[in-house]
Amino acid sequence: MNDLIVKMTTKLVLPFIQLYGIYVIIHGHLSPGGAFPGGAIFATSIVLFTIVFGLRIGQKRLPHHVSSKLETSGIFVFIVFGLTGILMGYQFLTNQEAGFPMGEWGRVFSAGFIPIITFALGIKVMSAVVTLFHTMMEEE
Amino acid sequence: MTKIFTFLMLGGLLFVLLTSITELPTFGESYAPAHNEISNHYIEQGPEDTNSPNLIGAIITDYRAFDTLGEATVLFTAIAAVVAILGVVHHKQDKGDNHE
Amino acid sequence: MPIEIDFFLNNINYIGAMVLFVIGLYTVLTHPNLIKKVIGINIMETSVFLFFVSIGFISGANAPIVEQGQAAETVVNPLPSAMILTGIVVAIGVTAFALSLIVKIHEAYGTIELDEIMQIRSAEKND
Repeated sequence: MNDLIVKMTTKLVLPFIQLYGIYVIIHGHLSPGGAFPGGAIFATSIVLFTIVFGLRIGQKRLPHHVSSKLETSGIFVFIVFGLTGILMGYQFLTNQEAGFPMGEWGRVFSAGFIPIITFALGIKVMSAVVTLFHTMMEEE
Repeated sequence: MTKIFTFLMLGGLLFVLLTSITELPTFGESYAPAHNEISNHYIEQGPEDTNSPNLIGAIITDYRAFDTLGEATVLFTAIAAVVAILGVVHHKQDKGDNHE
Repeated sequence: MPIEIDFFLNNINYIGAMVLFVIGLYTVLTHPNLIKKVIGINIMETSVFLFFVSIGFISGANAPIVEQGQAAETVVNPLPSAMILTGIVVAIGVTAFALSLIVKIHEAYGTIELDEIMQIRSAEKND
């Protein structure tokens, strides 16, 4: 798409979309939102970038091998923090009894492993949506 | 003819669905059977158990985190199926040969 | 039981969900375009999500962002909303899978209209 207005508007709007996505992911245990909406918002920014600037430049910004590693590491963090519960003598994915620090009510760093898992899931959802979109674009 | 039959069938389905509302609990009532002891436990014990104000986040990442692991698996399976069907080769040298 | 206008106004979410379901089914049944069929399936999924979330609603209650020690009646039921998240993810997966199948069908037949595909297939069979 060779339109100057569309390209400049995309460049202006893109960091704000990404900041909002990261905000929704990080405050997933405090406010409405969470891993899935935040990851979808973040993925929307990269989808917009790919639509405007073309598949070649979009894939250079987030290549396939990077997004596949991001996805795998997201689910890996989830399972590792779940296995901590078994190591401490409880069941899979135990939060408070397994000794995760609960922190102060209403802070970002509180609620045990919930923010960590939300962040990992958000990154996984983001790379999943971007991979789906890039795979369908490559077919054209 | 087919169109009249389709409209008749869909109208009948809509009529059956709408008449089933009379058997449902009224929208917005607090004594509906969906508000049982499970959701009461989540609302009352959730802040102590998880220290998280967002109860939905507490449910999907603490109480029912194994379900969320399955959700992630569903997403992964969707990607695997799409890549398998479209058959895109992700090696640079192959891509240059095939597409250009 | 005589049906009054209050009955429709009180259950407007259920009625909306059922009408949306029938609209989605109409789209799936009548349109020969495959992408419109996928859109119809998405409308049906949305109606099921609306119905499921409406079950957990309590009139006058807030969203489930709570303070410590809040009574259960002042907050809507968080359980249907948390379960619908799984449904949304499955809907994304099904839509992506169906769209990729449509891409392959367009490669094979050169069209995504179902009646044209049927004509091409019957012509191939007669040869």
